[in-house]
Amino acid sequence: MTDQALLSARSLSKHYGNRIGCTDISFDLWPGEVLAVVGESGSGKTTLLNCLSTRLLPTSGVVSYRMRDGAFRDLYRMSEAERRFLMRTDWGFVHQNPADGLRMTVSAGANVGERLMALGERHYGNIRASATDWLGRVEIAHDRVDDEPRAFSGGMRQRLQIARNLVTGPRLVFMDEPTGGLDVSVQARLLDLLRGLVQEMELAAIVVTHDLAVARLLSHRIMVMKEGRAVESGLTDRVLDDPQAPYTQLLVSSILQV
Amino acid sequence: MATPLVVSELSKSFTMHLQGGIRLGVVKDVAFSVRAGECAVLGGPSGAGKSSILKMVYGNYCADQGQIIVSHRGKLIDLVTADPRTIMAVRQETIGYVSQFLRVVPRVSALDVVAEPLVETGAALEVARARAAELLSRLNLPERLWGLPPATFSGGEQQRVNDARGFITAHPVLLLDEPTASLDRTNGRVVIDMILEKKQGGTALLGIFHDQEVREAVADTVIDVTAFAPEKAAA
Repeated sequence: MTDQALLSARSLSKHYGNRIGCTDISFDLWPGEVLAVVGESGSGKTTLLNCLSTRLLPTSGVVSYRMRDGAFRDLYRMSEAERRFLMRTDWGFVHQNPADGLRMTVSAGANVGERLMALGERHYGNIRASATDWLGRVEIAHDRVDDEPRAFSGGMRQRLQIARNLVTGPRLVFMDEPTGGLDVSVQARLLDLLRGLVQEMELAAIVVTHDLAVARLLSHRIMVMKEGRAVESGLTDRVLDDPQAPYTQLLVSSILQV
Repeated sequence: MATPLVVSELSKSFTMHLQGGIRLGVVKDVAFSVRAGECAVLGGPSGAGKSSILKMVYGNYCADQGQIIVSHRGKLIDLVTADPRTIMAVRQETIGYVSQFLRVVPRVSALDVVAEPLVETGAALEVARARAAELLSRLNLPERLWGLPPATFSGGEQQRVNDARGFITAHPVLLLDEPTASLDRTNGRVVIDMILEKKQGGTALLGIFHDQEVREAVADTVIDVTAFAPEKAAA
């Protein structure tokens, strides 16, 4: 374990006029650590995720990130080009809807290979080998490498999106409801896959989900959000087994038992 | 060597915000310590707070006040105030836990469920799997089940997976929550032997055992949890 955080947020806020998107959020994320951000829709989870991943300019606050050279950089003081390079190489972003994170009309192999080309890889054989290897790791059969994601099922598209994000060996992945809209059996397979990859690659991840079971399975820590504020945070099993905040108690007691 | 686990002035209550904020006292002023090579048993009727104490020691429940001092990497750490990252490190290296019920992860085989805590301490997967296989065969879990996810196993089979998972590592402190509750005598006996071996190896054990026979076989001391009842402490 390293002693330095990978990403630090301090007093991060996003206001839409008089309305609060998220407000006064502070936390540190360490390498290899998975943080789940939970709460009902409208609680500010996605706003927070977008502010952290530089997809949305915060109203106030600081997000700093430890670059590969070890230096901490304030994300909002970087140039646009630097930020984009970070997003293409050191970060991944997994959208709830795979169509938002994939190019639906180019082949599966090209979807994965594109991220490598952004890194400067030019050798077609290497790119294809890497892409095929990654499709295998996300359990997509080799004979589908030339198919377009349009022809894939929802679960396959989501796995392809994950391969596209992880092929560059990122250190941090943002995920917005990665299992939302999938059948439970497909969900279980995806979760198991994500769990394995996160462990194997020592990925840090911030996962937004409204599903506490997903949070329990994937995350080390949880932050519970309500009306834009973090009402409780801590070790995942502690927050779920002994919730302290009234809202967390409500969330946990609302889980349907099968 | 520092005492592996020292608990003092520990109190716990639940505030039920959905029931008008009523407060249920669980335990108050809990104090005990467990030495290396000793097995301490939490005794008392159901509802006395035995499991709550065990869960606080694992960092799974919050404490209202008090200290849980554990010796971790040669330093003393108070788990009541430790941050989540420290608790994760303590769980990985210092405090192991055998829970009463297995929380199953879809699609992970019994063998890997057992091997996982050892892999987390840095052991090679093959080494960890070999050790997991040894433990599962010692606990008489049929080999044809090892490759299957334990979700569909019987209660006794799941418990043996859980026990093997808890005993696979060499954590200096091991917490046991009814590790023999759903086992037959033969397998209960195996678990007793495993506990005695841990004691000989210098592990500090803290457990809950309702089974009289098991308790008598392993306990060095019994901590009477009713002595920590909140109303008594108030009087």
